[in-house]
Amino acid sequence: MTFIPKPKISHPSLPRNELGLTRRDYEGALSTLCAGCGHDSITAGIIEACWGISVRPENLVKLSGIGCSSKTTAYFVSGGHGFNSVHGRMPSIAMGANAANRDLYYIGISGDGDSLSIGLGQFCHAIRRNVNMLYIIENNGVYGLTKGQFSASADIGSKAKKGEVNQQPPIDPVLLAMNLGAGFVARSFSGDKAQLVPLIQAGLKYPGFALIDVLSPCVTFNDHEGSTKSYAFTRENYEPVVEADFVPKQREITADYAEGEAMSVMLHDGSRVLLRKLAADYDPTDAHASYDYVQQHIAQGEYLTGLLHCRPTVATEFHALNRTPEQPLNQLPFSALNPGSRQLEKLMARYR
Amino acid sequence: MGSDDRINDFVIKIATVNGTGSASANTLLMKSIFRSGIPVMGKNYFPSNIQGLPTWYEIRVSKDGYVARSGKVDIMVCMNAETYARDVRDVAAGGYLIYDSTWPRPALLKRDDVTVIGVPLARMCNEHFKGVRTRILMKNICYAGVLAALLDLDLERIRELLAETYAKKPALVESNMQAIQLGYDYARAHFSCPLPLRVARMDKTRGNIMIDGNTAAALGCVYAGATVAAWYPITPSTSLMDAFKSFADKLRIDPQTGKANFAFIQAEDELAAIGMVLGANWNGARSFTATSGPGVSLMGEFLGLAYYAEIPAVLFDVQRVGPSTGMPTRTQQCDVLAAAYASHGDTKHVCLYPANPEECFYMAVQAFDLAERLQTPVLVLLDLDIGMNDWMCRDLQWDDNYQPDRGKVLGKEDLEKIDKFYRYLDKDEDGITYRTFPGVHPKGAYFTRGSGHTQLGTYTEDSAEYQLVLDRLLRKFTTAKRYVPKPVIEGTGAAKAAIVSIGSCDGAVHEALDVLKARGVQLDYLRIRAFPFSEEVEKFLADHEVLYVVEQNRDAQLRSLLTLESRVEKSKLRSLLHYSGLPVSSKFIVDGVLADLGEGRRAVAGVVS
Repeated sequence: MTFIPKPKISHPSLPRNELGLTRRDYEGALSTLCAGCGHDSITAGIIEACWGISVRPENLVKLSGIGCSSKTTAYFVSGGHGFNSVHGRMPSIAMGANAANRDLYYIGISGDGDSLSIGLGQFCHAIRRNVNMLYIIENNGVYGLTKGQFSASADIGSKAKKGEVNQQPPIDPVLLAMNLGAGFVARSFSGDKAQLVPLIQAGLKYPGFALIDVLSPCVTFNDHEGSTKSYAFTRENYEPVVEADFVPKQREITADYAEGEAMSVMLHDGSRVLLRKLAADYDPTDAHASYDYVQQHIAQGEYLTGLLHCRPTVATEFHALNRTPEQPLNQLPFSALNPGSRQLEKLMARYR
Repeated sequence: MGSDDRINDFVIKIATVNGTGSASANTLLMKSIFRSGIPVMGKNYFPSNIQGLPTWYEIRVSKDGYVARSGKVDIMVCMNAETYARDVRDVAAGGYLIYDSTWPRPALLKRDDVTVIGVPLARMCNEHFKGVRTRILMKNICYAGVLAALLDLDLERIRELLAETYAKKPALVESNMQAIQLGYDYARAHFSCPLPLRVARMDKTRGNIMIDGNTAAALGCVYAGATVAAWYPITPSTSLMDAFKSFADKLRIDPQTGKANFAFIQAEDELAAIGMVLGANWNGARSFTATSGPGVSLMGEFLGLAYYAEIPAVLFDVQRVGPSTGMPTRTQQCDVLAAAYASHGDTKHVCLYPANPEECFYMAVQAFDLAERLQTPVLVLLDLDIGMNDWMCRDLQWDDNYQPDRGKVLGKEDLEKIDKFYRYLDKDEDGITYRTFPGVHPKGAYFTRGSGHTQLGTYTEDSAEYQLVLDRLLRKFTTAKRYVPKPVIEGTGAAKAAIVSIGSCDGAVHEALDVLKARGVQLDYLRIRAFPFSEEVEKFLADHEVLYVVEQNRDAQLRSLLTLESRVEKSKLRSLLHYSGLPVSSKFIVDGVLADLGEGRRAVAGVVS
């Protein structure tokens, strides 16, 4: 059973957002994942992020494929529209839905199996099309629902629960996304909510394809000694290299950042992402520099986290390239779509 | 006029090499006949290749308006040395053979029962045109000139057609016309023109057009208000999407803003294409894809999701020869079962079977209405013959009072009024439930899933709750019988025997019925236009003792579907199966029926013509 309704009781003193909603209004059904699963922390991060930027629940489209991670769309924002599709094919559903209505928030939740094996093609092509969506990979290096097989993100030398050692090279979604031209590429850790929440907020607001690869340990099948996706390994080897703050358009930037250290990337609605570098030799707004920097560190066994790359790609966003109108396609009146009988009569001349 | 004259009633077959411009010459010939008011059929048998392989074009001039292959060739134009031997064999006795006499013709291929007409096409074109490519192209235009003289075609009409084709390149009109004239003059000077087989002006094409089914279906999608088109290129469906793009680029650009009121997405594969279609329809946009057999196989998983989660979708399956890659540029009706039952588990889909391009246009619109009314995928089964060949059909008409049937959708006001929304609750007891779109109202939220769900829309692994939804889906499929296009029934109703068929067989069946009638065999005719089968289909099947099921596949797929999904007694169904890859001919059906009648109750199967 993966659906348990939660009782809707909330304390009157709970804080409310701009819409007058409390965090509880952004919750979903009770999770049926294993106790301690990293995915549940990410779910909590999404709830916090959506509440924080006052997303109207009915304007949130939650998409997923198949797997433990894909189940979680049921566990947040029950007032949103969920679509749990088929294995590895969530990006195409997202593309179609986004083409039909550009005005909604699209959040896709996937896993390393769903995105890097069966769905690798669709993942890549969603990036190429620059679909305006936030794509979260809940990455644990393992197939949980089928009990512990390696996934394509498993590192060489990482040990399975039963002792088998992975010998095939991993696919890193962060490097892959940068390589394919994604304009918003982040890596985070399910245990670092302070880092994750602003990343989710910025990703939802980013006008284009935004990827967050979240290391999310599988407590049942991949949290043992010798695994490179365990809580212990992640805490030791994952290092924040850039801090990102999401700044809504109404708010002034008040934090005091040293000159040259902070960079601001403007989003389409006037809100901003503020990047604060923790390393001086790193420019997260430059696609090539970001790629090289991240890759070099991986070669040294260091996994950098944060908003590793961010640059505006609004000009190549799907709707911009397709010249679709501001009004969503699913709301155009029929009269704007149907050319009428006289036009048809004229067209007939071509076929005589 | 001699007694042998066969005016406006003969078949020309032209054998060429693809990529040599023969398509222009053939279209020119066909259109000039059409514009002379004479019903005409043109069929292209082309290779899965861009340049260098054999290709044939068959033009049937038919004063009686028959649109199918007759199964006979009266005039063969041999422009391809590679296929010369078999082309010579294919000409009917008493027919004509036109060949390029620049080079000597092998004596062993001599036939005494046909008239041989040699024209030095290559030599004339080499003398008059410069450049290898031009010479090759003009050689093909040149044979059109020869035929113009032999058949008594109006040169002015040909000039008019060239002027329209090359409106932006007037120099080409002159060079093409020069090639036409070369052939025309040579034929007039050396042979007795016109032949007894020739054309004479009629007035039987007024109010008609020559259009292919892919173009007509694409136009239907534009008129139906489709806004999201997603696809992956595959022969023979690609031209449907190309046509949609081309119409939309013209008809769907906002004149004020220049914005495109549609999205056209070339997907990375067929799986993604159907996924996008589902995403868009789920979100309230009319969306469709076009594909062929291999694509339908790939789309299977998503079609099952759409069936179970009840998401509208329109899919055009332009069928080609299978199994596997098969013969991609040849025609068959071999996806009847694959379409009806696409995907694992208990799934079945609404299918429509247009018989010609005209019906492709109207059925495209119906498909969107049905998909949204029934909240399920609708598969429109064309085939290569309908999809890619130009068919003569009546002008397409549009009723400006048409409004799309969006089905049971709860809008903002509806949701405002209700207490709580349940996605899969059968409130009207017709098996069709209500749906909502994201972003409309907080009460409209629900969760779409391909996993087991209750009528309230929640996840379940409970047997009873699961079965409740599955049984309701079956009731919905029964409801669909009331909505799908009714069959076309012809004949007196008094005959004990009848022909049952679908789709592109229609033209050949009509001619066969006339031929059989002239031979004293009176048959009724049921043309099924949709699955599930309606009560009208059931009644017709019950009312006849012998039913010849004509279809273009090896395994009698329509017959199988009838035995599975209607009450018909299996032994009444006799199959006439044509699956050579060429469109079925009227002769094939006539021969099949007569053979069966002549040999008592033995079923006729598998004869290839």
